[in-house]
Amino acid sequence: MNINATLIGQIITFAIFVWFCMKFVWPHLLSAMQEREKKIADGLDAANRAERDLELAHEKAASQLRESKEKAAEIIEQANKRANQIIDEAKESARAEGERLVAAAQAEVEQEVNRAKEELRKQVSELAVTGATKILGKSVDASAHADMLNKLTQEL
Amino acid sequence: MAGNSQEYISHHLTNLTYGKLPAGYVRHEVDENGIVHEHALTHDTWTMAHTKQEAADMGFWALHVDSLGWSIGLGAMIMLLFWKGAQKASTAVPTGMQNFIELIVEFIDNTVKESFHGRNPLVAPLSLTIFCWVFMMNFMDLIPVDVLPSLFALFGVHYMKVVPSTDVNITMGMSLTVFALMIFYSIKVKGISGFAGELCLQPFKVSNPVLQAVFVPINLFLESVALLAKPISLALRLFGNMYAGEMIFILIALMFSAGAFLGLLGGALQWAWAVFHILVITLQAFIFMMLTIVYLSMAHEDH
Repeated sequence: MNINATLIGQIITFAIFVWFCMKFVWPHLLSAMQEREKKIADGLDAANRAERDLELAHEKAASQLRESKEKAAEIIEQANKRANQIIDEAKESARAEGERLVAAAQAEVEQEVNRAKEELRKQVSELAVTGATKILGKSVDASAHADMLNKLTQEL
Repeated sequence: MAGNSQEYISHHLTNLTYGKLPAGYVRHEVDENGIVHEHALTHDTWTMAHTKQEAADMGFWALHVDSLGWSIGLGAMIMLLFWKGAQKASTAVPTGMQNFIELIVEFIDNTVKESFHGRNPLVAPLSLTIFCWVFMMNFMDLIPVDVLPSLFALFGVHYMKVVPSTDVNITMGMSLTVFALMIFYSIKVKGISGFAGELCLQPFKVSNPVLQAVFVPINLFLESVALLAKPISLALRLFGNMYAGEMIFILIALMFSAGAFLGLLGGALQWAWAVFHILVITLQAFIFMMLTIVYLSMAHEDH
């Protein structure tokens, strides 16, 4: 075991390798590894968050579905009510219209009847006059007997 | 046989050394017939040592080409691997090799976070380098001892010690660097006075200033020994473990040439020791890294 200049050679070599390792190897490797670690941690975090989000979304969707079902039921109920109401209203108005029509028709009929009566009365009075004239042989002065004729008409 | 095996072991424990032999140095060359030729060098020569003695005679200014070569090669391989990993690193899904790299990085990062409480961008990459590099250097131990040396012998390379961590220069080089960092950060965090106080006012601390002055040299001595023991024990622990492991592999390898029975036994032992050694090399790499973190953590602690 001779101690010789190999010692110095080894010291220099060692120093160079350590310097090289410190400069070009260690920082690169470690920073890449730490970055990857962070990336993985972030990824896991994101996955957890996404899972939670998904759960929330599920819950929200379910509640919204429930809500909309309720709303739909309400709307249907309202629509039914409204439909019934409309039908009722329609029935009511139809009946009113019918009644009105019937009343109008009755009024017209009455009017017609009255007119016919009037006509008839007039004709009867004329007939009476004519008849009386024929019976009496002379014309009855319409104006002279107007009172009587009118009374007759009233009676008819 | 005895001489042979001694030669075999000695051969395996000799580094390929490059250094300077002074003028007038007498080299002993052995030719194919086993005849030793002596010739003196006419001038200073930079060359590969041909014998263990020559390697020792080269003194301090010599290089263990094999240790340093394997060490640099393995370190560069590791760095390249991790650099590629760093280039490819992204927030996308990691695959294959990327997973493996990030596994190691995460392991180191966690270990550093648990043991090092200061804030220092150097410690984690330092730990990564130490762990992977020391592991790779130790791992060379699991390659059967004769494979690589025989391969290099084909190309005329006499000696080849392939496990860099069985070379005390390599382990000491690393531990001294760690030691320098310890001193640097101690002074940076606590200041010169704080560091000096740590050395002089512990472990014996009294309120009487006169008595304290008496204790200062004792404290300084104790603390200095404790401080210096850290890099030395760090280096020698790794070196000792790997050297002993290598030694046992070499001894087992000796059995292969000693008959069928011993050869088979050697094979079984080789396998068992290699399996056990997988644990040892990982553990030693981890211990070296862990102690580095702990020492640096202590350097950052302000009392």
